[in-house]
Amino acid sequence: MAQFLLSVHHGVGDPMPPEEEVQQMFAAVGAFNDKVREAGKWVFAGGLEGIESATTVDATGSEPVVVDGPFAESKEYLGGFWVIEAADLDEALAWAREGSAACRGKVEVRPFQE
Amino acid sequence: MIDLEGALTRIHREEYAAVVASLVRRFGDIDLAEDAATEALVAALEHWPGGGIPPNPGGWLTTTATRKALDRIRRESRRDAKHQQAAMIIDPTPSADPGVVDDDRLRLLFTCCHPALAPEARVALTLKLIGGLTVEEIAAAFLVPTTTMAQRITRAKRKIAAAHIPYRVPQAADLPARLDGVLSVLYLVFNEGYLSSSGTEPIREDLCLEAVRLARLLRSLLTTEPEVTGLLALMLLTEARRPARLAGGELVTLAEQDRGRWDRGLIEEGHALVRECLAINRPGHYQLLAAINAVHTDAPTASDTDWGQIAALYDQLHALAPTPVVALNRAVARAELDGPLVALAAVDRLAMTRYHAWHATRADLLRRLGRSGEAAAAYDEAIAATDNPAERAYLTRRRGQLG
Repeated sequence: MAQFLLSVHHGVGDPMPPEEEVQQMFAAVGAFNDKVREAGKWVFAGGLEGIESATTVDATGSEPVVVDGPFAESKEYLGGFWVIEAADLDEALAWAREGSAACRGKVEVRPFQE
Repeated sequence: MIDLEGALTRIHREEYAAVVASLVRRFGDIDLAEDAATEALVAALEHWPGGGIPPNPGGWLTTTATRKALDRIRRESRRDAKHQQAAMIIDPTPSADPGVVDDDRLRLLFTCCHPALAPEARVALTLKLIGGLTVEEIAAAFLVPTTTMAQRITRAKRKIAAAHIPYRVPQAADLPARLDGVLSVLYLVFNEGYLSSSGTEPIREDLCLEAVRLARLLRSLLTTEPEVTGLLALMLLTEARRPARLAGGELVTLAEQDRGRWDRGLIEEGHALVRECLAINRPGHYQLLAAINAVHTDAPTASDTDWGQIAALYDQLHALAPTPVVALNRAVARAELDGPLVALAAVDRLAMTRYHAWHATRADLLRRLGRSGEAAAAYDEAIAATDNPAERAYLTRRRGQLG
């Protein structure tokens, strides 16, 4: 059994969907989360506040520097993620398919180092 | 005196995939499996000239490769639990059940063609692990430097390990989509051989034959999938026309080919396969293409071609896969029924301005309509859009013949 990160990426400036759609999405994601838990594949998951809430810390130099904003300007940013257990990539991809449909966003699948 | 070198080459080609696949299943490590298989072949080269080729060379190679792999694991004293486990459950005698070996190759083929790998990596891995081709051979076939191809293969193998791409035949629900991926890899290998996109060789016979061999293998492993049979039939009916396809370094179109030079044996086999898969009544992309080629190869001369049937098959194909390429070929068939003017209107609507065959089709239709100036311009566009030397030669001659 390996662990995979399923991350959801949003585009900068994507319009906020109407309230009704947001509620449907929350319900779908809630149902998906329950399904992952019941299958015993749940490790951790969460949604993140918007990219405007990000702060970057750089302590690679002699003095730590704290900067408002993400570490790199990008067209896409991490909106939320699941960490799941799966036997192999095919199983992780099957979960990602359901997660993507539930949250209405593209999902990137990456294995954790062992 | 037997031709030992020839026998070894043949055994390598026929047994390599089975040896590697069996070792991948046991050790879960593609590199280890390949290294051990290569060492076993070297050992065969040392032992067989003196002692003779054993009655079951594949079994001998698998047993020897397994020992080599175990030696290596011990020598490098890997602490990896997976390897230790594998070493403990190992059975040194090769499996007597050929079904198990076949399953291994099928598993490996699905791993090589996994959608999580880049398409060009799928092709390269399939030729390497299932086809038993060397990195140099694959690099030469796709006209890239050996180092580039080696990196491509190494990266793909690393991803298989790191991303936990499984080593098994997909579950029933995923099988049709995943099988499509495998078939498209084999068809891509065949097509690259049949009309090389670049380079000096217009037809790469080695790639065509390799694709046919792999399609035969796949069909022997998945006997009930009509699309597998359809793809093999399509390859055979295309391959059958190869002897007539080039004349003096120039591509010869279907209408102008000397049909006496077609390979009747392959055509008969292809026709039988088309009948067999269509009888299952689950038509698909490759089956319909094979059926179209069956109609072509059924006509003793070009003018005997049943264009009505071909157009009907393209209609069916277009309903299934409404791609511009299918629409273009359908228009070509319709030109024979409705005349070039109707066909030209349909072709112009497609506007595939970067596709050489679109320009070549337009050129031919304009030529038949006597619109020489426009035809010449279209030939120029077609020549500029292809790197295949035989195709350029044909188009250049056709352009020169315009009145």
